[in-house]
Amino acid sequence: MTLSVCARLTHSNFAFDIDVAWPAEGVTVLFGRSGSGKTTLLRLIAGLERPSNARVRFRDEKWQDGRHWVPLHRRRIGMVFQEASLFPHLVVRENLLYGYQRIPPAERKVHLDEVVEMLDIGNLISRNVTQLSGGERQRVALGRALLASPRLLLMDEPLSALDTQTKRDILPYLERLVEQAGVPIVYVTHAPAEVERLADRVVFLQDGHIDRVETLKHTLSRPDSPLFNDEGVVSVIEGKVGQKEYGLTPFHVGEDCFWLSAPIYSEGVCRPQRLRILAKDVGIALFKPESTSLLNILQVTIERIDLAREGHVLLGLRLSGGQNLFTEITAWSRDRLDLRTGLVVYAMIKTVALAE
Amino acid sequence: MEYFWQSLSFTAEDWTAIWLTLRLCLYTTIILLAIATPVAWWLASGRSAWRTVVQAVVALPLVLPPTVLGFYLLITLGPRGFIGGTLENMGLHHLAFTFEGILIGSVLYSLPFAVHPLEQAFSSLGRRPVEVAASFGAGAIDQFVSVILPMTKRGFIVAITLTFAHTIGEFGVVLMVGGNIPRVTHILSTTIYGYTEGMQYDAAGRLSLMLLIFSFMVLCVVYWLNRRFEMIKP
Repeated sequence: MTLSVCARLTHSNFAFDIDVAWPAEGVTVLFGRSGSGKTTLLRLIAGLERPSNARVRFRDEKWQDGRHWVPLHRRRIGMVFQEASLFPHLVVRENLLYGYQRIPPAERKVHLDEVVEMLDIGNLISRNVTQLSGGERQRVALGRALLASPRLLLMDEPLSALDTQTKRDILPYLERLVEQAGVPIVYVTHAPAEVERLADRVVFLQDGHIDRVETLKHTLSRPDSPLFNDEGVVSVIEGKVGQKEYGLTPFHVGEDCFWLSAPIYSEGVCRPQRLRILAKDVGIALFKPESTSLLNILQVTIERIDLAREGHVLLGLRLSGGQNLFTEITAWSRDRLDLRTGLVVYAMIKTVALAE
Repeated sequence: MEYFWQSLSFTAEDWTAIWLTLRLCLYTTIILLAIATPVAWWLASGRSAWRTVVQAVVALPLVLPPTVLGFYLLITLGPRGFIGGTLENMGLHHLAFTFEGILIGSVLYSLPFAVHPLEQAFSSLGRRPVEVAASFGAGAIDQFVSVILPMTKRGFIVAITLTFAHTIGEFGVVLMVGGNIPRVTHILSTTIYGYTEGMQYDAAGRLSLMLLIFSFMVLCVVYWLNRRFEMIKP
């Protein structure tokens, strides 16, 4: 049960040549710089590009093969673009129901009230599309795609036109959608944080070619992953959010607990949340520091030591529950503290935040 | 004032010309909408190498003297022309000096006035709304009715009014193809020409004044609609 694409096409000074397949389930992120061919791959899957020699297969259906061709309106794909692309001549309710009305009633898996509640758009329902803010529009677009009960959801940088705060507000909705849609999702982005928060697997694209396809877990375990190109190495830790204390939110990872001071918007999300910690925000102590203002101090075991950029080393640390935490320290500190693999030390973390 | 109203009392011949003109404009507009919509869509979205050629053909009536267009039509539609001749062979009548003849002439003559506003509307619409509609299961006709038409309404209104108004002002092509046969090809503009040639300045002035007022009102309506749409849409 896979989604597979094999295609070769050349636009002016852009060569695109791929042959790729991945399981048709969960969230697959297409990741790469602009011009790497992410959007082209997405448009091939949708059937918005039609090079003559391409082959596209979804599960046991041929969507494109030689002269055989299934047009977009028969593929049952839900699409969400960077701009919400709502229909300006229809009010919010009519926009939401556009796809819903076009499928046989027996195949409708979700209904208007559920989607309205999930995306929190009840107060917008009879508004004109032009009166909505950017975030509201994108939420309506998400709802519209979901209401069409698609067999595959394609999202082309749905958050990149939004400002940071709006993005933060909308991510939990997106997460809920991912959880409840129950259909495979292909998600295009160039933002590592979105990958870390949403992805199950990542397809790395570079200059029109597939670099590699790997699970999120796997790519996060290798320090040379392209995800880390901009901000450096990041650890992503899965856990559950608890009840607030002292205005702080506990985040339980096995027996360990992180304390988060940034507000968390995760109501209604059932699946494990992902914490995102930059390797350069983690320090090491040989003994448990008692008198410190730092809240997040955890006992860890050094698993590996790799060379990082000049004068720095990257330590792979194992939390008590088995999850990985990276820290980047200077080579001098390593020698001063005589750090070796197998040693039990204390990780001190400055900033902890949910991936967003 | 009394003189003004008197001057607007039309003869039976005038009325025939008025109705004939309105019929010609109506048919021309309907036929052109059917032709111009697909052509404009193709021009707005096409990457074909033929695009330039088709654009030039569509714009030809803007630069050609109507007499040139009329001359070729007369030759083609006449008894020895390709179309007229074929019709004669099939036992039908050729089309020179007939209502059908001037209708074909009007359609060609007003073609750019229907195609251009639509092409502009379609290209500013872009592909995206159509792609979205398709992804939600809308087929071609559904896409047109539920998305393209309502989103390019303004382009259609401009195309309809311009085509209609431009056909009223047609003269050269009709004179060439239709001759000047009362009740058959006698439209307003040629009737005015006929009156003037026969030194009937009163009659010519009557119809001219009416055309002037009518055209002015049509343009006012077009601009008013334009402004209203601008206020509705951001």
